[in-house]
Amino acid sequence: MALQTLGLYAWSQPALADNFFTRWFASGELKQATVADPYLEMRTGPGVGYPVFYVVGRGEAVDIVTRRTDWFYVRTARQIAGWVDMRQMRATLEASGQPLEIKEPSRAEYTVRRYEAGAFAGRFGDASLIAVFGDYGLSPHLAAELSVAEAIGVASDARMATIGLNHIMAPEWRVSPYLGLGAGVIQIKPRATLVQAVDRTDQLGYAVIGARGYLSRRFLGRFEYRGNVVFTSRNENEALHEWKLGFAFFF
Amino acid sequence: METGLRVFLLSGPRADVPHAAAPRTLALLCCLSLSLSACGLFKRKEPELLGASAPQTEEPLEDASQQPVVEPQVARRSIRVPKITKEDFETSLHAGFMSIEDFGGSPSLSARLAYHISEDFFLEGAFGYAKGGLTSYERLAGGVRLLTDRDRQFTYYAINMGWNALPGEVFVGKNRAYNSAIYLSAGLGGTTFAGDNRFTANIGVGYRVLLTRRLAAHVDFRDYLFDIDVLGSKKVANNLEGSLGISVFF
Repeated sequence: MALQTLGLYAWSQPALADNFFTRWFASGELKQATVADPYLEMRTGPGVGYPVFYVVGRGEAVDIVTRRTDWFYVRTARQIAGWVDMRQMRATLEASGQPLEIKEPSRAEYTVRRYEAGAFAGRFGDASLIAVFGDYGLSPHLAAELSVAEAIGVASDARMATIGLNHIMAPEWRVSPYLGLGAGVIQIKPRATLVQAVDRTDQLGYAVIGARGYLSRRFLGRFEYRGNVVFTSRNENEALHEWKLGFAFFF
Repeated sequence: METGLRVFLLSGPRADVPHAAAPRTLALLCCLSLSLSACGLFKRKEPELLGASAPQTEEPLEDASQQPVVEPQVARRSIRVPKITKEDFETSLHAGFMSIEDFGGSPSLSARLAYHISEDFFLEGAFGYAKGGLTSYERLAGGVRLLTDRDRQFTYYAINMGWNALPGEVFVGKNRAYNSAIYLSAGLGGTTFAGDNRFTANIGVGYRVLLTRRLAAHVDFRDYLFDIDVLGSKKVANNLEGSLGISVFF
């Protein structure tokens, strides 16, 4: 049941559906393309390091079996199959006579993206930090962010889960600053070798300032500073600085 | 106003602390980014996609002679164009041997999920398990045990970046060729071992041979490095793992 729900969900998300579920439900029908350039080079593998072993002539049709990164696995009517790069595939025609439509993540899509996921590495106080996060774009300017992080330090470890809202100041720029706010929980675990080690779980709030830049295709880089305030049960709140650098991809 | 904000932000536990400078900064940042967020809402500009809403300039045909004599009644066929599937993900299971510094070697298991960004680069998440044995001191001293059995369990996770450095082919006999690639990888993660969670860096090299288009065999060597002070002095431990794996592209 859960799997079915997941299936329906993925079906409604074209980017996911392309990957997982079309193969399960698809009728096995393949998209066809006709070579419009003088020739189409087929390689043995999906990369420029692999040799060209066959050439398809102009006017011949090929079935597109699948795609891996920028390479298309195609099969001719004579059952010869190989990998063709995207640049050459763009010069083929669909059955309608139009150039083959290839969905390619671009700057335009970056601006209107819905989901984004990625990882960060950095410093949290005196500890080393690793974080993964997922963003949901409410508008080109606003994104809700869910993040889980682990910080491993000399005196203690910490685990955090936070939820927040980021405001992307200029989503149409290639590199844009952003600001945000959020809250979450932090579990601080002193090192086992220290005496009087007591785990504690506290709430925390944070303000974030950062920059995000579109790299290429579906990738972006992010750099951010978070000022964290841990609402401890002691007399003073604890302020913790967090710097991190990461990458993300959107879909 | 400020007090009000502070109370709102700190909701409960420590709102009464008089010298909370950090919350004040936080409150200021709050105001700033909330106002900017609000600006964003108002400024929101719908991106123009596909030029879908071209203005309708059609005017009613008043001249009767321009009216079509016969209204064609064509039922449009809906054509479902097959989609091109993708297989940028690769999932693998590895079994091998891990040598944990000072704690002997043991069989290891790991599971990985990779996303191929381009023909050259991939991102990878990995989980693994191994178990440390006895140190030479424990073995020589007889009944002494430095760690409990549970603390000898070695579990790690890592987020890695990989580079297919040397793509190529393997030739088996005269008529068979398999695609292959030697890849380098490096990443960060955490390891739980000897009662502690340890920040871990790893570097590795692997060899991938594609048996079919979607199925690949791996030979993989990785070194997991972390600080450890269980045996008296603090040092960097190198934990080498060699494994064989099988992966599926999907």
